[in-house]
Amino acid sequence: MHPFLLASANDAATAIAAHAADPDLAYIAGGTDLIGLMKDRAALPKRLLDINTLPDMARIEALPDGGLRIGALARMSDVAAHPDVRRRFPVIAEALLFAASGQLRNMASMGGNIMQRTRCAYFRDEDDLPCNKRRPGSGCSALHGLNRNHAIFGWSEACVATNPSDVAVALAALDATVAVRGLAGERTIPFTGFYRLPGETPERDNVLGRGDLIVSIEVPAGAEGRASHYLKIRDRQSYEFAVVSAAAAVAVDGRRIRSARLALGGVAHKPWRLTAAEVALRSASLGDIEALKSALATSFTDARPLAHNAFKVELAQRVALRALQAAGARA
Amino acid sequence: MNPAATVTRGTGENTVVGDDARVPIGLTVNGRVRTMTVEPRTTLLDALRDELGLTGTKKACDRGECGACTVHVDGRRLLSCMTLAAMQDGKQITTIEGLERDGNLHAIQAAFIEHDGFQCGFCTPGQIMSAVAMIEEAKADWPSAATTDVGRPFTIAELSAAEIRERMSGNLCRCACYPNIVDAVAEAAARS
Ligand SMILES: Cc1cc2nc3c(=O)[nH]c(=O)nc-3n(C[C@H](O)[C@H](O)[C@H](O)COP(=O)(O)OP(=O)(O)OC[C@H]3O[C@@H](n4cnc5c(N)ncnc54)[C@H](O)[C@@H]3O)c2cc1C
Ligand code: SF4
Ligand code: FES
Ligand code: FES
Repeated sequence: MHPFLLASANDAATAIAAHAADPDLAYIAGGTDLIGLMKDRAALPKRLLDINTLPDMARIEALPDGGLRIGALARMSDVAAHPDVRRRFPVIAEALLFAASGQLRNMASMGGNIMQRTRCAYFRDEDDLPCNKRRPGSGCSALHGLNRNHAIFGWSEACVATNPSDVAVALAALDATVAVRGLAGERTIPFTGFYRLPGETPERDNVLGRGDLIVSIEVPAGAEGRASHYLKIRDRQSYEFAVVSAAAAVAVDGRRIRSARLALGGVAHKPWRLTAAEVALRSASLGDIEALKSALATSFTDARPLAHNAFKVELAQRVALRALQAAGARA
Repeated sequence: MNPAATVTRGTGENTVVGDDARVPIGLTVNGRVRTMTVEPRTTLLDALRDELGLTGTKKACDRGECGACTVHVDGRRLLSCMTLAAMQDGKQITTIEGLERDGNLHAIQAAFIEHDGFQCGFCTPGQIMSAVAMIEEAKADWPSAATTDVGRPFTIAELSAAEIRERMSGNLCRCACYPNIVDAVAEAAARS
């Protein structure tokens, strides 16, 4: 790794001011993404600010209304093992447990997880291949290169990468919000508006700016929480990123869907909510597979596969269907 | 850059350390307090191997992808290649060298020998460190991706071969000793 400075933060205001004033400073939490990026020279911060010493940011709270507040420094393993997370929102626990490994989940923070960068192999290549996300203006090696693992929705000529976080898919489906503290105070960003599509500026993954510190993630109470499921398809059974994944949560009257929430992973620059399908699924019967399939298909009319990932269009619909059925079985 | 600056952790204002400075740190490794100076970029893995000569902890991928470098920090298993030594200042570290007691192998070390849980042995320290902590996680009611209903409490009696394989998936074995590793871990878990 390149040489850098290391400091530890003792209060949030000082950390935010230091981050805002210094474009070469990065926060570090678990380090499991940032240290990998630094080893591959895809991130070269001159100064690291260790935020693990910040007070009150690792709490996991079950809110009285049935929701959850998860501190940004809470570890993936602690969140996944928390009884209220498991009971109220199994989709969150499952998305975490299907990610990375036991060792990594003990290290990785929730804030770092939702900030992790794409696994596009060109982006992380030690040889610094053309990549607009890594070096703006250098081109996109994946657009006409190996793009099996890349996007089928929402991509631009500038970047076809996908977001690798599993739990972000579950949080997007549940309409969670991100509490961010910045120079101008604290604000709340809906999860569905947290990530950006690549457009002309793929170097920006999300809407955060200099100084912004994620404080917590809040999951609203909802009838769909308990009947939820995360399904992840990988090239090997464990310890691997998703080819395609789906988070589903439903509320039902008998077998009839009252409301459904669905988001896909591995298909876009951000967790991909299936908004059209959610509308089309209302009052469909969970037992009527054909009705479920055609409702899901309404969200795939704008799919634009690349040379090597056309299979994802069908795979994603099947994964969404199975996730929906499994969530329904918990209702 | 101020080479004379030192890192202070947990007290005072944010303190920056020079990149040409070595940071003084103290780690309790296998019960002994060890002080040393490291560069901020030194991983915990390199500090253990190169500064303390504890070469039982192995470096293979150096990217968090194989588990060979697994150690315990404050009782939890983690990957020493993916954290900075200076970020673990003040912590309790256990490495493979610290598992035996008075010349007796830890039950999991013994089980690996009994079940022939290795061939070349390169992944073995990481496998064993991972297994020791994994059994504690299962006892503490942690579910896994192999658990059908995460909403229910998990008990150690449910630690099936499928559960062990999933919970140990962060440790790769290039010699593919997986069946024997699972047997060794299953026996040690049942006895514990
Ligand atoms: C081999 C391997 C396999 C993996 N498999 C999966 C997988 O299957 N699924 C999955 O979802 N993930 C997977 N991961 C990714 C892992 O989950 C992330 O690396 C981890 O969650 C990042 O958290 P961290 O605390 O270590 O972040 P860090 O590495 O410390 O930080 C990551 C980024 O977030 C920023 N950051 C951290 N905290 C904050 C905050 N509070 N506010 C603002 N910015 C912040 C940092 O500045 C940095 O840019 C894998 C990682 C590895 C190495
Ligand atoms: S897809 Fe995005 S991250 Fe990958 S090479 Fe193209 S610009 Fe870079
Ligand atoms: S050497 Fe640390 S995970 Fe491979
Ligand atoms: S015994 Fe050789 S790598 Fe596992």
